[in-house]
Amino acid sequence: MTWWAVLAAGIGCYLLKLAGLSVPPRVLERPVVARIADLIPAALLAALVTVQVLAAPEGRALALDARAAALGVAVLLLLARAPFLVVVFGSAAVAALLRLL
Amino acid sequence: MTTQHDQRAVVRDSLGVAIATGTYGLSFGAVGVASGLDVAQTCVLSLLMFTGASQFALAGVLGAGGSAVSGALTALLLGTRNTLYGLRMAPLLGYRGWRRVAAAHVLIDESTAMAVNRPDREQARTGFWTTGLTIFVLWNLTTLVGAVAGEQIGDPRDLGLDAAVGAAFLALLWPRLSTPLARVTALLAALVAAGAVTLTPAGVPVLVAAGVAVLVGALAR
Repeated sequence: MTWWAVLAAGIGCYLLKLAGLSVPPRVLERPVVARIADLIPAALLAALVTVQVLAAPEGRALALDARAAALGVAVLLLLARAPFLVVVFGSAAVAALLRLL
Repeated sequence: MTTQHDQRAVVRDSLGVAIATGTYGLSFGAVGVASGLDVAQTCVLSLLMFTGASQFALAGVLGAGGSAVSGALTALLLGTRNTLYGLRMAPLLGYRGWRRVAAAHVLIDESTAMAVNRPDREQARTGFWTTGLTIFVLWNLTTLVGAVAGEQIGDPRDLGLDAAVGAAFLALLWPRLSTPLARVTALLAALVAAGAVTLTPAGVPVLVAAGVAVLVGALAR
């Protein structure tokens, strides 16, 4: 099942790119369509952050643990304009340290 | 009129962005195997899907216990932004046939950013290909390294890799928060997703939150 998701989503993402280079740009002339398309990544990424950090590992509940503290550190690192890898592995290190305590 | 000097400047800027971005693959590789994908699946994602946010999303949703369908749908929804990039890039690149088929594969955030503001087609193509191909090579190499290294680790939670996924999503979201409308959308989407976590199976809250973008986009003036 995982392989199907990997292959189907992989091919689908490629076709989305190809469609952009092939479709006449008239589709985007409607401002509502352009605005929604522009906001979808922000909504999805914000939701992914929330679920990744707050969803309890057992599912269907929220939990506040080392992941939330690690996200706080990620915010600080982003405010300090740290590079992507520093943000990602820096917050991982904080979560790992908190769990050691 | 593009000079040799202009072209070299485009190549230099593009390489800078590409080398910085290409190394993110290290974190994707580690996160992929930490989410329960095997090394081959993680590497195939980087080869075939080759668009970072969608790859992280698929791994994140599956890792959180979401179904293959909701993981794939989330990845595809995030991939729609590349369609928008394509609409803007098509007249700039001016490709048909097999060149268009090849260009589509490296049509991502960074290759678009490094090409879209160039004054002529030659510089746009140089920025696009230099950035896209360099990232493709580095991203796939570092994905493999990250995935193999990640496999050696016992429990990924001990290294905080579950927390790293949230940080990666936040770092991808950050530059998109430049307008008030985007910030409102992100905040509402986060609240909706948090609420949906308690009500729906894993993977679904993220898809529900996409509805926030549709609502805000339709209602905003």
